Amino acid sequence: MIVEIGHFALVLALLVAVFQMVVPAWGAHVRDRELMATAEPAALCQLGLLIVAFLSLINAHVSSDFSVANVVANSHSTKPLIYRISGVWGNHEGSMVLWVLILALFGGAVAAFGRNLPPTLKANVLAVQASIAVAFILFILFTSNPFLRVDPPPADGNGLNPILQDPALAFHPPFLYTGYVGFSIAYSFAIAALLEGRLDPAWARWVRPWTLLAWMCLTIGIAMGSWWAYYELGWGGFWFWDPVENASLMPWLAGTALLHSSLVMEKRDALKVWTILLAILTFSLSLMGTFLVRSGVLTSVHAFAVDPRRGVFILAILSLFTGGGLALYAWRARELRQGGLFAPISREGALVLNNILLTTACATVLIGTLYPLLLESLTGAKISVGPPYFNLTFGPLVVPLLLALPFGPLLAWKRGDILGAAQRLMFAALLAVVVLAIALATLYRGPILAPFGLAMGVFVMAGAVSDLAYRARLGSVPLAETWRRLKSQPRSAFGSALAHFGMGMLVVGLVATSAYREELIRVMKPGEEASIAGYTVAFRGVAPATGPNYREVVGLFDIARGETAVTRLEPSKRIYDMPPQPTTEAGIHAAWRGDLYVVLGDAQTGGGYAVRIFFNPLVRFIWIGALVMFFGGGVSLSDRRLRVGAPGRARRLPAAAPAE
Amino acid sequence: MTRSAPAAGWFAALVALAIVCAPAFAVEPDEILPNATLEARARSISSGLRCLVCQNQSIDDSNAPLARDLRVLVRERLKAGDTDAQVMQFVEDRYGEFVLLRPAFNAHTLLLWLAPLVVLLGAVWIGVRALAYRRPQAAAAPALTIAEEEKLRALLSDEKERTTD
Repeated sequence: MIVEIGHFALVLALLVAVFQMVVPAWGAHVRDRELMATAEPAALCQLGLLIVAFLSLINAHVSSDFSVANVVANSHSTKPLIYRISGVWGNHEGSMVLWVLILALFGGAVAAFGRNLPPTLKANVLAVQASIAVAFILFILFTSNPFLRVDPPPADGNGLNPILQDPALAFHPPFLYTGYVGFSIAYSFAIAALLEGRLDPAWARWVRPWTLLAWMCLTIGIAMGSWWAYYELGWGGFWFWDPVENASLMPWLAGTALLHSSLVMEKRDALKVWTILLAILTFSLSLMGTFLVRSGVLTSVHAFAVDPRRGVFILAILSLFTGGGLALYAWRARELRQGGLFAPISREGALVLNNILLTTACATVLIGTLYPLLLESLTGAKISVGPPYFNLTFGPLVVPLLLALPFGPLLAWKRGDILGAAQRLMFAALLAVVVLAIALATLYRGPILAPFGLAMGVFVMAGAVSDLAYRARLGSVPLAETWRRLKSQPRSAFGSALAHFGMGMLVVGLVATSAYREELIRVMKPGEEASIAGYTVAFRGVAPATGPNYREVVGLFDIARGETAVTRLEPSKRIYDMPPQPTTEAGIHAAWRGDLYVVLGDAQTGGGYAVRIFFNPLVRFIWIGALVMFFGGGVSLSDRRLRVGAPGRARRLPAAAPAE
Repeated sequence: MTRSAPAAGWFAALVALAIVCAPAFAVEPDEILPNATLEARARSISSGLRCLVCQNQSIDDSNAPLARDLRVLVRERLKAGDTDAQVMQFVEDRYGEFVLLRPAFNAHTLLLWLAPLVVLLGAVWIGVRALAYRRPQAAAAPALTIAEEEKLRALLSDEKERTTD
């Protein structure tokens, strides 16, 4: 019964979304306030209905209702509660329901907190949001309905793939989706602005917090996925340039460009037309990510042709929103007035460079991801575009981006002083050179470019600190005064410095672990020892163990540094009950200087076990860097300036309304 | 299995392959060549060859039996005295261009390799042109009236007070 209520709520949500798509937009067209005002309750009503639908699906999974096909296919009665819940979005159908729910959450947030938006803009934004919802709810109902029953119900379900039964993965999809779907707000605002032909700095101010929120969630979502791959897949890799990864990287790159260009638009009323285009492209890339992953086109062009229903539907949605958005852009963009003049060497100029490089990097990933698919469908030739291609093309684009990054915040708007900025970066550059010299002198192995990569990461980190130090006039005024100045800086200044610092950390981690990883592969018998990166790894033997829904063989490894015992690592080989599938659980000892990573392999015929031991230097910097970027975004989001367009605070801060 | 694959995260393909390939252990101790230089070359060659079973992994990372066979094959060719390029060619001749993770530079892939450069030049060109467009506009901007200039001066001094604060 509850399942039917959910199903019914989803259908009702579709009807409400159709209403919300048509009536407010018509109202905005004929300037009828009452018709426009219907958008608000409609968005909230749609949100309420989708919450009901989603909760009923969760209920079916939690109570293991095996009369529901979706539960049978993806759940099992012995599965722990948390994975029964995360299993809701751990499958195609449920994940699409989560997708529209998050879409409705953003729509509802605009409706509830966007009181200070001009009524026509708000009506149009909510109407565009609703049109996306209509497309996706139709997709769910016609091709991916999770509420269908099976008769007769089986005794138990097929279970969730064990490698997905993991805390990081339980929360990876909601973050990733919040990122993808959050960019829909930027898209809707862009379309609404094009429809109205009106675009001012206040527009950027309204869009920025939403974009920032989406960017933060996408950042953390991607980082979680990569962290999961690192510890769960058992070979210590964290990024594979896999098409599915690329699908999430592209919106991130475009979204990062959008964040920076909307800054120019907000502060200087320039780059307006470009920002609008970027908003459309960013969400289109999010849609494409959904298409690439959901259509099966990645597994093979043929798999797509065998069951094209879902793929064609999403492709239609993608073409409609991308094509429609771009067509509207081509038609109306000329009417948007360009404003804000600036010299090439200026903050704006630096942000233009940022956008040029980020969008080119994004295009490179796009081309590398789609090229083999297109080539195969056009000529039948099968080629692979793997990590070497991306390292050769994406890498060189990122280098100038990172080198220029610390200069950007130090340049003034309109006309900057590049020599002055360089002077302020002297300390950062000096530190980078010292790191370079030390790395060149002490690290004999690894690629010759790696020390330069490390130095570049350090330059970005130190550059972010220099930015704050300069703002506080550190060194040129007394310390108390510096402290006072630092405290009076807007939060957005701290936010961007933090995010840039995190980026630098990420670069250091990436370079260090890719270039200087150590590895040992050998057969170990109980009692044998191995040494790697200053650690002694002593194999003590194996022991059997059982978990809630698996059995495992646990290897016991005592780790010591010199004479002092450090820890005991217990990597294991697991067999899950349902589905019966083996997984490896790595034993990881994390430390600042790097991770010791031990994997237990198969028992050997001659006795002993195959053991693989890695030392991944500074690998934590990658995810800590991403976390720092996330918090940087959060700090920036709490800035007074952005609260104007953001939830709740606006009404309490009438004085902070746009001064322009 | 794609149906039961997880949410539109990028890991779906990894999951699909992990079902075939788990547990990922890849290079087994008995495959390793005693000659360290040769082994290092074997590792670097294998990391550029795509596993045909676990399609988004190199044979160096893949646990599939076919990947193991290929790894052993690579090592045999190296022991027989082949150069790295010869080994690559040997594998490509048998399994096709598809196994190369770094696509070859040929008629098929010309666009692929040139595209990033073309996009970059295009983006720079658009950027430069946009800047160039701005300048004549600046000259053509109407001069301010006296009242406007006074207002501007007042605003600027206001701003200066705030920023130097």
